[in-house]
Amino acid sequence: MTPAWTLSSAFLGALLVLLLPVRMAAASRFIALAASLVGAVAAAAACLARLNNPAGPAWSFTRPWLPTFGINFHLAADGLALTLLLLTGIVAVAGVLFSWNVERRPRAFFAFFLTIIGGVYGVFLSRDAFLLFVCYEIVILPKYMLIAIWGSTNKEYGAMKLTMYSIGSSALILIGLVVAYAAAGGTSFDINYLASAHYAPSLQLWAFPILFLGFAVLAGIWPFHTWAPTGHVAAPTAASMLLAGVVMKLGAYGALCVALPLFPLGFAAWQPVIAGLAVIGVVYGALTALAQKDLKFVIGYSSVSHMGFVLLGIAAATHWGLRGAVLQMISHGIIAGLLFGIAGRVVYERTHTRDLNALQAFDLWRTLPGAAVAFTLATAASMGLPGFSGFVAEISVAIGLWQKFPWLVPAIAAGIVITGAFSLRALHKAFFPVRSASAAAPPPLAPLTWPEISAISLLIAVSLALGIYPKPWVVLIDDGLRSPLFHTILSQP
Amino acid sequence: MLLLSLLLLPLLGAVIIGVWPGLARQCASRLAITWAVLPLAVLAAMEFQYAGAANGVLAEWSLPWIPDANINLAFSADGTSFLFLLLTSLITLFALAVSAKLDIGGRAYCALILVMESMLFGVFTARHFIPWFLCWEMTLIPAYLLIRLWGGKGAPRAALRFFVITLGGGVCMLLGFLALQLAVGTMDFAQLGALAAHHQLAPGLAKSFAVTGLDGHVLLTLVAVLVFLGLAVKIPVVPFHAWLPDAYAEAPTPVTMLLTGLLSKMGVYGLLRVFLVVFPEVLPGLAPWLTALAVATVLLGAMAALAQKDLKRMIAYSSVNHLGYCVLAVAAVAAMHSDRAAVSSAVAGVVLQAFNHGVIASALFFSIAILESRSGGLRGVNDFGGLRARMPVFSGLMALAVFASLGLPGLSGFVGEFLIFNGSFGLVPWSAAISLLGLLLTAVFLLRLIRLVFHGPLPPAMAKWSDLTSAERWLFVPVIALIVIPGLWPQVLLQFINGDTLRLLELLRPIP
Repeated sequence: MTPAWTLSSAFLGALLVLLLPVRMAAASRFIALAASLVGAVAAAAACLARLNNPAGPAWSFTRPWLPTFGINFHLAADGLALTLLLLTGIVAVAGVLFSWNVERRPRAFFAFFLTIIGGVYGVFLSRDAFLLFVCYEIVILPKYMLIAIWGSTNKEYGAMKLTMYSIGSSALILIGLVVAYAAAGGTSFDINYLASAHYAPSLQLWAFPILFLGFAVLAGIWPFHTWAPTGHVAAPTAASMLLAGVVMKLGAYGALCVALPLFPLGFAAWQPVIAGLAVIGVVYGALTALAQKDLKFVIGYSSVSHMGFVLLGIAAATHWGLRGAVLQMISHGIIAGLLFGIAGRVVYERTHTRDLNALQAFDLWRTLPGAAVAFTLATAASMGLPGFSGFVAEISVAIGLWQKFPWLVPAIAAGIVITGAFSLRALHKAFFPVRSASAAAPPPLAPLTWPEISAISLLIAVSLALGIYPKPWVVLIDDGLRSPLFHTILSQP
Repeated sequence: MLLLSLLLLPLLGAVIIGVWPGLARQCASRLAITWAVLPLAVLAAMEFQYAGAANGVLAEWSLPWIPDANINLAFSADGTSFLFLLLTSLITLFALAVSAKLDIGGRAYCALILVMESMLFGVFTARHFIPWFLCWEMTLIPAYLLIRLWGGKGAPRAALRFFVITLGGGVCMLLGFLALQLAVGTMDFAQLGALAAHHQLAPGLAKSFAVTGLDGHVLLTLVAVLVFLGLAVKIPVVPFHAWLPDAYAEAPTPVTMLLTGLLSKMGVYGLLRVFLVVFPEVLPGLAPWLTALAVATVLLGAMAALAQKDLKRMIAYSSVNHLGYCVLAVAAVAAMHSDRAAVSSAVAGVVLQAFNHGVIASALFFSIAILESRSGGLRGVNDFGGLRARMPVFSGLMALAVFASLGLPGLSGFVGEFLIFNGSFGLVPWSAAISLLGLLLTAVFLLRLIRLVFHGPLPPAMAKWSDLTSAERWLFVPVIALIVIPGLWPQVLLQFINGDTLRLLELLRPIP
């Protein structure tokens, strides 16, 4: 199975779901599950094949598309892209399982869902800047629909804010890409070609921040992060999982694999600024999470904090830093998916509240022990305890920082401790409340269903696998980092 | 493989207890007790098949983690590890048995204790920072939940404070080791020790952190301080003990045994096996500070214990005092490691003191648990009186534990403290002399405890109390045996560590 199966299965699945007659609407979830499983298996198979044959040429596929402008339908997947494809596949499967009981317009729901997945696969696979941009745009509309139709809390506002930010950032990206295209001679949109062209330092100095910011907004860089918590909270569970789990990664991926290689000199000039913003994001996100009353808002702000680590790794731009950034993308994708799945689907569907104080009355630790255990593990993973994926990522980023910005390391330490504090606070309040003996008995809640248990187990198993045995992931990521795209960046003093 | 099975065995038990559908509360705790015997069998097998390898390693296991950075999940057990593993298995088993006797907990409780046992095994055998830290931090979640969910009224606050402070210490330690990884490309304890012996850590740090413009020696000192912070919080060393009194007092008594008997030993083990090995270059400079902290820990721990009215808090502070002696010995070794006889005495003392303190503290906390169960939750020193008449057997056994704790010759507490002072007097005479005051204060508050609880008029409410039941007596038997036998015949424990002590001396000997 080539990596192209990921992309095609998602779009084919979306098409099939749409073609389904109305009376068979209930079957759409099976199609969605099958399509996302095919994608995940194809990604896993491609990862394994790459691990077995690391020296061979990476998979690649090219067809002319708009030859007049030098635009090709060019897909390729090195190890780095493969790990992100696998992440997308896993989160997609878990997302479908967590949406098993969607009753309202399931065909449209799963069609939008699969379209987002397909767009995300497309971005990770594209080696043509124009194609990458198109796939990036494909994600925006279904994102809006999912939130505006199936969302909750303040959904119109959340959907509109998120879409406005996305469109604004796309505009910046388009400007950046067109500048690079024109300055490189206007012959090709191929990313490798654009990266090998020489741009004047003065051009890089203003073009880099435009392109980088376009991507970084989607990665939740402070102070342009506000769309993230609002959007995540308003979104239905599966969409929150996708948004936090993979869509934010698109921004980080673009910043890492497009913005940096295109304008390395501009990056070098702006490096300290990016590092500063990222550190603020880490600490600010964690502090804000500490003050939230809504469980989903806690997770939303924790995403801002965790994505700060990704940006920090990118800002450090050493081998450890970049490796850590990608590891953190994967780790956060899994963990955010898990946290949103439990908070949004498992808990909210049963209690109809996400307010941390109101949840105390449910005494979830006794009435829903499975969810309490799962959330405890997810919390441990989220605060970067060793043994879970977050730890591997955070130490890699920390080593990268020691290399480039040793003065920022104490801020990271503070960020980790505050993350511990807010995670525990949320865990306490939501799942292990202190109840007086006289309080009314909590209402009984339905036990976990099989789709929920499978999704939770899948995500926890992946986080543990990455945390306990990161070697294969690191090998794959290093394969990507050896690409000529990163030569200039990594050879900086 | 034997080691891997030891590491995973309790974890497997926890999973079985956790997922077994419809397992009743009583059955869960019986199953957990039975399961907790298994690691002892594995340990026996490990000792039995030991063929006397030159490096003293009983068993080892390793898995590459991030190979190009030389990070492996490497575990190996030598004689010193063996003693700590033995202590872990014994105390865990005892704590589970006491929990069953007091009817505390259920499935989740037993499963969490077993998870913690696995992680402690990992801490006491890891040979590389990453697996060590992995297990080190993973003890936090079970410990936190055990305090939080089964503790007293103030438990949520105490548990949160415990968690956040120890997490902070852990992060400091992590950053310190990551700096070393960056500087010399390894976090393997033995490799770091070899590099340190050849004076290569400081130049490596100076080169990697040229940005800061600091001298290599200063940087290495900073790293050592970061690592020490992580260890000091766990032991705890004054002034990093803020989490301790509440956590120990609010936790259910069997969990307190685990906290003081095992979790605090992680810090002692780290000081001995990691801190001394990796940082010999900067130890002479740090030694005065370490000594001062050790003396403060010994004295303030004892004084605080003297001021307590609550029995649990009193014994908690006395634990601070007792582990202060371990820190004192480490500080003494740090100050001067040329006198081989003194150093080997101090090092052996640290291990014995750690082992014996674990056992004695468990016996004392068990005694307090019995008093609590008889009185319905009272544990003030002034709540009792004259119990010698009503409960002669209990009084005798608890008094034995108390005497062991204050270091009466012939009981196990004496051996460790004797070796520590024997070593420290040759190395840091003045500090050792001041610390002797700690022994005196310990005797004062422990004898006062005996007088107030066992002598004097019997309060009327206690006139009907019965002496120990046979189940309770049987629970006392193993701990009392472990107090008496090593006291009379310390060789039974010392034989495990002689080889390791010599190897540590070789490592500490400065290479010109």
